[in-house]
Amino acid sequence: MKISKTDVKHIASLARIELTEAEITKYGEELSAVLDYVDDLNKLDITNVEEIGQITGLTNQLAEDTIKGCEISQKELLANAPAIQNGQIKVKSVLGRET
Amino acid sequence: MNIAEAKTIDLKNFLKQANDANKELNALISIADKPGKLGSGELAVPCFIKDNIVTLEYPTTCASKILENFQSPYEATVITKLKAAGVWVAGKTNLDEFALGASNENSAFGVVKNPIDKSRVPGGSSGGSTAAVAAGLTPFSLGSDTGGSIRQPAAFCGVVGLKPTYGRVSRYGLIAMASSLDQIGPITNTVEDCAQVLKIISGVDPKDATSLPVPVPDYPAEIKKDIKGLKIGVPKEFFGEGVDPAVDKKVKDAIAKIKELGAVIIEVSLPTAPFALATYYIIQPAEVSSNLARFDGVKYGLSLGADDQIETIEELYKKTRALGLGHEVKRRIMLGTYTTSAGFREAYYDRARKVAQLIKQDFDRVFKQVDVLISPTTPTVAFKLGERANNPLAMYKADLLTAPANLVGIPAISIPCGLADGLPVGLQVMGPQLGESVIMRVAHHFEKNYNWREL
Repeated sequence: MKISKTDVKHIASLARIELTEAEITKYGEELSAVLDYVDDLNKLDITNVEEIGQITGLTNQLAEDTIKGCEISQKELLANAPAIQNGQIKVKSVLGRET
Repeated sequence: MNIAEAKTIDLKNFLKQANDANKELNALISIADKPGKLGSGELAVPCFIKDNIVTLEYPTTCASKILENFQSPYEATVITKLKAAGVWVAGKTNLDEFALGASNENSAFGVVKNPIDKSRVPGGSSGGSTAAVAAGLTPFSLGSDTGGSIRQPAAFCGVVGLKPTYGRVSRYGLIAMASSLDQIGPITNTVEDCAQVLKIISGVDPKDATSLPVPVPDYPAEIKKDIKGLKIGVPKEFFGEGVDPAVDKKVKDAIAKIKELGAVIIEVSLPTAPFALATYYIIQPAEVSSNLARFDGVKYGLSLGADDQIETIEELYKKTRALGLGHEVKRRIMLGTYTTSAGFREAYYDRARKVAQLIKQDFDRVFKQVDVLISPTTPTVAFKLGERANNPLAMYKADLLTAPANLVGIPAISIPCGLADGLPVGLQVMGPQLGESVIMRVAHHFEKNYNWREL
């Protein structure tokens, strides 16, 4: 499977990664090589095979529906945030206009 | 240094030795500046932990620029359990960025060198952990294994590494990479030490809904049981194309020795196993692309948010990730984004999950015939630094024989079984789900009867 430059740009945009022109060329080649390799799976007949699920067969793990305190304070939780305002994480405008 | 020896160690000397050796090996990302306190439990020894497992005492970087200064507000369950048993966590080990790699060359903190031969890679992604154990800096370490990241570097460095059954060990506090495959496991010098550490870190955890509600056996006692009459399967597909003849020979010699100890050797076939690696390289990047979406410059980690030139949140995401993530990490994110995107999901991701089902059926069938399976851990011994750095496919193939165990959720251990051209060869023992006791039993009896350094 050959990945075009347009494909790489589209994937990078979906993945929210900015790429340089040189990177676009390089990733195009590298991703094509890996996809060629995984195309090997087309040799197997998968008719009527179910997709694999939780590998140990464990199903829902339920907990009591009770309120418990948080072990970690808000201050500690926010300590890694790049920008904070009034105890909230501050971000750029999501709707595309300055606030 | 094994666990028994480490109990009497002087912690000042321990730190000095680790600091000195680290100048050459680069196996550690963080190290304590002064001796800490050992507890009074059965495991009162110091250790180093892979830097993708969160701790309160040190930053957790995942060897990535994007988490360079990340300080976790909580600690992983495995760390709490180790501390309760007496352990002092003395520092954190280097790894491939976000545990993506097979050589420890993809680290924002620099490459790790193999203590056996410093011109070679230690393997990856837990290369810092295996190098630290192999160099005698620590009696044990914890790593994480998603496609071979404990066993492959253990094989390259000549130490013991075990990937437990999916869910045997809580992953609360392990920074998620591929959630249907990730497991934490021990890296040690001996199988006895491995059994001891595994017993402490195993067990159900309400904080990890995938952890198994199954009692933990007394592993150190279990591994002493005899192996006479045990049925050992040798899967022919694990000795085929791509496996170096010198590795093939050492492993076959070891199998002959295990036969002398009374086990019954049976040749078996897993026809779909050769497809495991391709399956892995669809499923794993797909999960990576989803799990690593959280590193976006908003909540924690590196951020370009203070840059006035950046106006939209979209731009903030893209520029922060461009700067903060390494080449291999971006490659996997894009691969996974592609194979799960509209129009391609069925042909790649869905197909891979069906093939994984076929592989599981093969293993289930074989484990009705035999107790364990034996194979080489890796197709080759440790390769030279830089040798595969520019060829992603060649690098990915280092996981050829280890990835199947992750896809089917079974436990597998790697132990050294001899030397080829002076470099360690890893022997892998795989068992059915929750078969940790039996795989360590086989490994322990081999280790007890033969000195791998003389084979």
